[in-house]
Amino acid sequence: MAVKVIIPTPLRVYTGKQESVDLNAATVAEALAGLTNRYVELKKHLFTDDGRLRSFVNVYVNDEDIRYLEKDKTPVREGDTISIVPSIAGGTGSRPAFGCGH
Amino acid sequence: MSGAALRVREELVRRIQAHGAEAYPHECCGALLGRDGDGAREVTGLLPLANRRDDSPRNRFEVTADDVRLAEKTARERSLELVGWYHSHPDAPARPSEYDREHAWPWYSYIIVSVQEGKPRDMASWRLRDDRSLYDSEEIETAAHPASI
Repeated sequence: MAVKVIIPTPLRVYTGKQESVDLNAATVAEALAGLTNRYVELKKHLFTDDGRLRSFVNVYVNDEDIRYLEKDKTPVREGDTISIVPSIAGGTGSRPAFGCGH
Repeated sequence: MSGAALRVREELVRRIQAHGAEAYPHECCGALLGRDGDGAREVTGLLPLANRRDDSPRNRFEVTADDVRLAEKTARERSLELVGWYHSHPDAPARPSEYDREHAWPWYSYIIVSVQEGKPRDMASWRLRDDRSLYDSEEIETAAHPASI
């Protein structure tokens, strides 16, 4: 099934500035695997080291959050649009996470 | 790594500081709207947002996917881009924590304002490295022009 994956702005630097990528897939998992195989640098921003979708990465199929569907096993149909939408989180903590320069 | 500066209009710096003081002792958060060019990024507008972390607002903030979509839509309507986010660190330095890093996206600028005992102090901007290992600081250049939005 040919589907379109919408890439969020902060990740377009890894897709040659493309706003969307067309792929063939039968499920969300297949589409995301196809995407990260094509653009390898995307993988660490979408998935944890053990292969789970990061908690602040939200995926929608035609505006339906896959958490309320069948998660990454959600089937996709010809012409569907898969959107990757960030959520943003942070806060104070005892351990620093910054480098020393520009 | 980032080597570029982040240009922020002076009035917007004051508005971020004021939001941090108003939200104290909770964390404030909001979107940075502006323009990103080759090696140059400018913040020309803000979209203050609600901190959705009701369970722990003193040391955590969250912007939901719906609010991110709202920020993107607001930027588009103003012919701007969503170039980053700001939040406050109540009684803590304006430096990213490990928790910040774990939840960060690349490319975005992350402005942090330190608010000590209710008063805004230092402000700094950071960008996540491509390999997610650390943040690098991004110099904030303030400009005197009035905010466009």
